[in-house]
Amino acid sequence: MTSPIIEARGISKSFAGMQALINVSLQVNPGRVLCLLGDNGAGKSTLIKILSGVIAPTSGTVLIDGQTTHLRNPSEARARGIATVHQYGGTVPLMSVARNFFLGAEPTIGRGLFKRINIDLANRIALDQLHALGIRRVKNANQLVGTLSGGERQALAIARAVHFGARVLILDEPTSALGVKEAGTVLRLIRQVTERGAAVVLITHNAHHALTVGDNFAILIQGAVAATFARGERTKLEVLNLMAGGEEMEALQADMEDVEAD
Amino acid sequence: MSVSDPNEKIAATVPEGARRSLPDPLRRAVRRPEFGALVGVLAVYLLFAVATHGNNFVSITGTAGWLNTASQLGIVAIPVAMLMIAGEFDLSIGSLIGATSIFFAIAHGSYGVPIEVTILLALLLGLLVGLFNGIVTVRTQLPSFIVTLVSMLGLSGAALGFSRMLVGTPNVSLKVEGYVKLVFAARLGPANISILWWLLVAVLAWWVLSRTVFGNWVYATGGDKNAAREAGVPTDRVKITLFVATALGAVLVGIIQTLEFNGGEATRGQVYVFNSIIASVIGGVFLQGGYGSAVGVTLGTMTYGIVSLGIYYTGWNADWAQLLLGVLLLVAVLTNNLFHKLALKA
Repeated sequence: MTSPIIEARGISKSFAGMQALINVSLQVNPGRVLCLLGDNGAGKSTLIKILSGVIAPTSGTVLIDGQTTHLRNPSEARARGIATVHQYGGTVPLMSVARNFFLGAEPTIGRGLFKRINIDLANRIALDQLHALGIRRVKNANQLVGTLSGGERQALAIARAVHFGARVLILDEPTSALGVKEAGTVLRLIRQVTERGAAVVLITHNAHHALTVGDNFAILIQGAVAATFARGERTKLEVLNLMAGGEEMEALQADMEDVEAD
Repeated sequence: MSVSDPNEKIAATVPEGARRSLPDPLRRAVRRPEFGALVGVLAVYLLFAVATHGNNFVSITGTAGWLNTASQLGIVAIPVAMLMIAGEFDLSIGSLIGATSIFFAIAHGSYGVPIEVTILLALLLGLLVGLFNGIVTVRTQLPSFIVTLVSMLGLSGAALGFSRMLVGTPNVSLKVEGYVKLVFAARLGPANISILWWLLVAVLAWWVLSRTVFGNWVYATGGDKNAAREAGVPTDRVKITLFVATALGAVLVGIIQTLEFNGGEATRGQVYVFNSIIASVIGGVFLQGGYGSAVGVTLGTMTYGIVSLGIYYTGWNADWAQLLLGVLLLVAVLTNNLFHKLALKA
C-alpha cells in the first residue's frame, strides 16, 4: 500500500461564525477514486476549495506527500500536481480543441518577435492525449470546443490536467449536467485515469455514479464526515439514506409508499 | 490545418452528421470569422461600382479615396476589435484623437516643443490613458463602457478647456515639413501613407491574434474569463495591454490627421468611436467577445471606407451612407449570430 498523496487532518473552516467544516479527516490515495458525497450545503465545495488551495482551513492540517503544506493559491496546488476540473470543464467554447488544451501553457517555436505557438505540435499532442483516453470521436484538433459534447469537454479538461502532470484530479460534479451515456463516458475516463496511477477526488450528489467508480467514500453532513466506507461495504439505499441525513429519506420513502397506496 | 495525414485532415474537418451538400473547403471557409466580412465588402463594392458607373469610383483616385478613409479608421478600429474580442469596449478613442491633435499643435506650434519630443509626449499621453482605462476597468470590475465613457468626457473636456485657456481656441493651425511629415502624412498621388500604417497594424494584429501566445490569451479572456484564469492566463494584464493598444492607435490617428490637415482640433475624432465598433462588428467580431479576426476587421474597415466614400461618387445625398451602414450593421450582427450558432454546431 502506497502512502496518500493528500491527507487532511482535522480540518475545520468557519465563515463569519458559521461552521462550514468540522474536524474533517480523509486520505487521497494514488490510483484510487475517493468519492465525496453529500447534499447541497454539506461542505463539499468548501473542502475541495481547501484541497485545491483556493481557501485556507481555519484549523487542522493538510499534508501533501506526507508533509504539512499550506497552499496559498490554486497555482501552488497545480504545481504540486493537484488539478481541479469544474462542472463545465473550464474550457472556452469558441476556441479550438488544441488551443484549449494548451491554454496558459502554449508550446512555442521561434525567437523574439517571431516567437509563435507551435500549432502543429499542439494539435498533435492534444489529439493523441484525447485518443489515449478513449475519446475517439474528436478527430480534428482545430474543431471548436463548443462543438463537443459535455462529456467530451470534461474529457478534454481531464486529459489536459493529466498531461500537465496532475497526480490528483479533483472533479467537481463532473456528471451532473450530462446525459446517461455521456456520464458513462466520464466515469470510464475516471477509471482510466486511476489505472495510470493518478488519484481522483470525485464530488457528486449522485450516489449511483459514485458507487459505480468509487473505491473509498466519505459522506459529509452539515460540515462533518458522517461516514466513511470502502467499496462494497454499503448498499445504494444505505448511501442515499446517509446522504439525506438518515431518517428523512426513509420517512420520505414511507410517504411515497403511502401516496402510491392511495 | 495541420494534422499530419492530409486525407485524415479532410475527413476530420467535418464532424460526423454534418456532411451535407457543401464541399469541405467551402464549409471550412464559411466557418471562418472573416467570411461574412468578405461577402460584405464584395457586395458593397459591387453595389457602388455599379451605382457610380462613369463617375470614377473604380479609378485609382476613387480607390485611393476609400482606402484613405478605411486606413485611418482601421489604425484605431483594429486594436479596438482586439479589445472587443477580449470582451471590453473603448469609447475614449475619439476624444483621445482630438486631444492628441490639439496637444500636438499647441505643444509644437505654439510652444515650440521639438517635434520628436512632441511625438513622444503624445505617445505618453496615449499610454497613460490606456493604463487608466485598463487598470480602472480590471480593478473596479465596472463595465469598460462606463469607464471609457468617463475618460472620453474627461479627455474631451480637458482638451477643449486647456486649449482655450492656453491659446484661446480649440483649433490651431500647424505646418510641419520634413521627415516627420513624410512618415505620418506623405502622399503618393491621391494615396496617403496612412494606408501603409493601416496595413502594418493589420499584419501585426493578424500575427498577434492568430499565431502568438498573447493572441490565444486574448480569445480566452473574451471567450471565458474564468476558464482563462483557471488555466493561468493573466486576464487583467491582457486587457490592460489592449487598452494601451487602442489608445496608441488613437494617438497615431491623431498625429496623422494633425499633419495631414495642417492643424490641431480638439473636437476631431468623435466619429471614430462608433465607426470602429461598426467596422469590428461588420468584420465579424462578436459584441460579446471571444470571436473575430484581424483579417475580418480589416475587411470591415474597407466596407466602411467604400460606403462612406462611394456615396459621394453616386451623387446621392451623403445621408444615405448612414442608412446603408445601419442596414449593413444589422445584417452583420444577424449573420454573426448565425455563424456563432453554426460554429458551435457539430
